[in-house]
Amino acid sequence: MSLIFYISSFIAILSTIMVITRYQPIHALLYLVVSFLALSVTFLSLGAPFAAALQIIVYAGAIVVLFIFVVMMLNLGKQTAQQEKEWLQLRAWLGPSILSLVLLAEMAVLLLQDNPTGMPAAVVTPKQVSLSLYGEYVIAVELVGFLLMTGIVGAAHIGKHKKKNLHRFLQTYPNLN
Amino acid sequence: MSTLHAHTVLIVAAILFVLGLAGVLTRKNIIFMLLSIEIMLNAAGLAFVAAGSRWQQPDGQVMYLFILAMAAAEVSVALALVLQIQHQHKTLDVEELRELKD
Repeated sequence: MSLIFYISSFIAILSTIMVITRYQPIHALLYLVVSFLALSVTFLSLGAPFAAALQIIVYAGAIVVLFIFVVMMLNLGKQTAQQEKEWLQLRAWLGPSILSLVLLAEMAVLLLQDNPTGMPAAVVTPKQVSLSLYGEYVIAVELVGFLLMTGIVGAAHIGKHKKKNLHRFLQTYPNLN
Repeated sequence: MSTLHAHTVLIVAAILFVLGLAGVLTRKNIIFMLLSIEIMLNAAGLAFVAAGSRWQQPDGQVMYLFILAMAAAEVSVALALVLQIQHQHKTLDVEELRELKD
């Protein structure tokens, strides 16, 4: 089990190094997905399957998609087609593909083992996590709900495209004079 | 955790955190700084999960859930800010965005 942990954490560190040294944002995002997947396998090897599933669903599924969405929105121009052609070269996606294939091989080894000794002996199950989450941490869950609500309202307010930022005394009304 | 020391996991989390910190300090594009902040938050979550797995308590994963929700709220607001910055200043370089500087 520790071999799984060592391989996946090595992949996580390697892909993180690749994230902070890329020049194109899309290449960095590809390596970031690989880093999140490797950390998910690390969580699985630590005996936290609920955290592993949430890592894939929320981080690799939602946050990275938000990043990709914004990066694609920022690049609306005449050079977009040329840029996409540069982004989809072979060496751009070969590295992330190899690293994810190593992770896939790890997952296949875990799934195809006959004896369940490959899994860690003591697993903190989702039942324990949810009992603790809605038992002693219920106030914190409500506070997280407030935080997400303010996040939504703030993002909707900031992301709005305003026409001008003048104060209302400075604005001219042509129908008044 | 029987065959795996908690020190090893904490060292991995520390390496990831330092890599994210180096990314925040060295990159000038605001998107890369946001990515590095995500890496740092993820490393902190890894430390929490490792601690919860070490003591066989669910509190580590609960804290990881809170970090996850905080990261989601933070990244949505930050990306809205990035869109506004690009719309108003036509740049994403933090060296160019110095209007608030004395």
